[in-house]
Amino acid sequence: MKTERVWTERLLFLLVIAITLIFLFPFIWMLLASFKTQAQILSNQSIFVFQPTGENYATVFRDYNYTRFIFNSLLVAFLSTLFGLVLGLPASYAIAKYKQNGLAFSILIARVIPGISFMIPWYIIFSKIGLVDTYLSLILAHMLVGLPFIIWVMISFYENLPHELEESARVDGCTIQGAFFRILLPLSVPGIVTASILAFIFSWNNFMFALVLSGEKTKTLPIAVYSFLSYSNINWGALMAAAVVITLPILVITLILQRYVVSGITVGAVKG
Amino acid sequence: MARWVERNIKYIFILPSVLFVAVMIVFPIGYTAYISLFEWSMSSTQAPKWVSFGNYAKLLQDARFWSALGRTFYFTLISIIVELMLGVIIAVLFNRKLKGINLFKTLFLLPMVATPVSIGLVWLLIFEPTIGVANRFIGMFGLKPQMWIASPSQVIPSLALVDIWEWTPMITLIALAGLTSIPQDNYEAAQIDGASSWQMFWKITLPLLLPTVFSAALLRIIDAVKTYDIIYAMTQGGPGYASETLNILGFSLGFQYFQLGYASSLLMLFFFLVLGISSLIIILRKRIEVLQ
Repeated sequence: MKTERVWTERLLFLLVIAITLIFLFPFIWMLLASFKTQAQILSNQSIFVFQPTGENYATVFRDYNYTRFIFNSLLVAFLSTLFGLVLGLPASYAIAKYKQNGLAFSILIARVIPGISFMIPWYIIFSKIGLVDTYLSLILAHMLVGLPFIIWVMISFYENLPHELEESARVDGCTIQGAFFRILLPLSVPGIVTASILAFIFSWNNFMFALVLSGEKTKTLPIAVYSFLSYSNINWGALMAAAVVITLPILVITLILQRYVVSGITVGAVKG
Repeated sequence: MARWVERNIKYIFILPSVLFVAVMIVFPIGYTAYISLFEWSMSSTQAPKWVSFGNYAKLLQDARFWSALGRTFYFTLISIIVELMLGVIIAVLFNRKLKGINLFKTLFLLPMVATPVSIGLVWLLIFEPTIGVANRFIGMFGLKPQMWIASPSQVIPSLALVDIWEWTPMITLIALAGLTSIPQDNYEAAQIDGASSWQMFWKITLPLLLPTVFSAALLRIIDAVKTYDIIYAMTQGGPGYASETLNILGFSLGFQYFQLGYASSLLMLFFFLVLGISSLIIILRKRIEVLQ
């Protein structure tokens, strides 16, 4: 009976490893291919044993100027997250405090409706006022992805925060806004970290908005990697190297801050 | 001054966000609705021509629109069904107290945070019929090489496979959170009554997990209907129109053919479709909660 149990456990463990490996495989494949020459990728040799080359990464940074795109992506993701927090933190606090569920709902609508349904007006208006291919238009567009999410995460964070601290500050003569900035904001750091990482990742990953609104000057990484396809012969190795350059930072951030990522993704979905 | 701010704090704190959403979403959607009543190709020589609901009438007779609608549902249906089943099964497996399980749970997060476009391009190489690893993999089981996304009949299931890879982890994650919130005494009581683990899964785990899975499904359905990045990166709607979903069609009409009025009418229908699906699921969810 006991040995049978041990064997089931071992079998289950093997199953867990197998499933994880299958799900990680595209990443492993991407990483391996990024160190292969075009000939090695096109040949039918072993997937795992080969003479690695760094040439693809040199191509990506030297010939395709990826430092520039990394800068663009970082700037847009950072600023859209920051401005999203500036708008979203007070709003989510007030929504939680005064239980304005209707309002919360209408802001969360932004999370639901398809982005493409307001792309045409954006494009028309932004080209009229000369904002196409500027950082401002991209930051505004990406805020729209980040803000509803920030508000969503922070409402449930403020709802779960004990009221005592805020109340004692109020007794000491602090105004509501004073209590918010001096007491609550410092306490909100875990919630802010959760909201910011995911808002940052959403912006970093966003493709559709930049496809329409960015140009030569402001091209972000997803657009840059996509433009590899426009060459008649796809340079697979360089394409995989570019994919690694985009994906790796996100994967590393997620692994380091996994606790926050998990709570950001599960918030609202589990009824507490 | 501080007192005045305090008295109106509710509005002062919320107004910026509401204004932002109004300017960036509500106004543009109204504008899209307005444009959808015109025939307009964004040219400087030709003024927009008022056609009333002409664009909508044309759309409803457009076979390309109906096929795109069907494909959107087809893609969503395959993805969601597989993701829900696989996600819950993996969650139950991961929920056992195995050594080092947390490491695996963490690694399992990676597909859903990775940049969809770059991942789509990695899958493009995986699906490549001659050099891709997908054909090598199925070859190990004695299956013939397939065309994957290069074949009109396989392209949607192949794209759904990428979606399944990307989003099953989310279902797993949410289901895991739901599993930990199931009180342990349910299982203890059942064990005393001599229930098998199979029975416990069907009678305790699954019913108590259902509301959580339902929320996860809601989020997934809404996002799956709107899937854009991987489809555009991998096939641009091809081969032919075989993987053209509503999102892709709307984008081509608007930003490749510049038929802004016609595209807008499609985008309005798409908008109401997504809104309709969301409200329907929210209502259904309330019903289920009442039943329990």
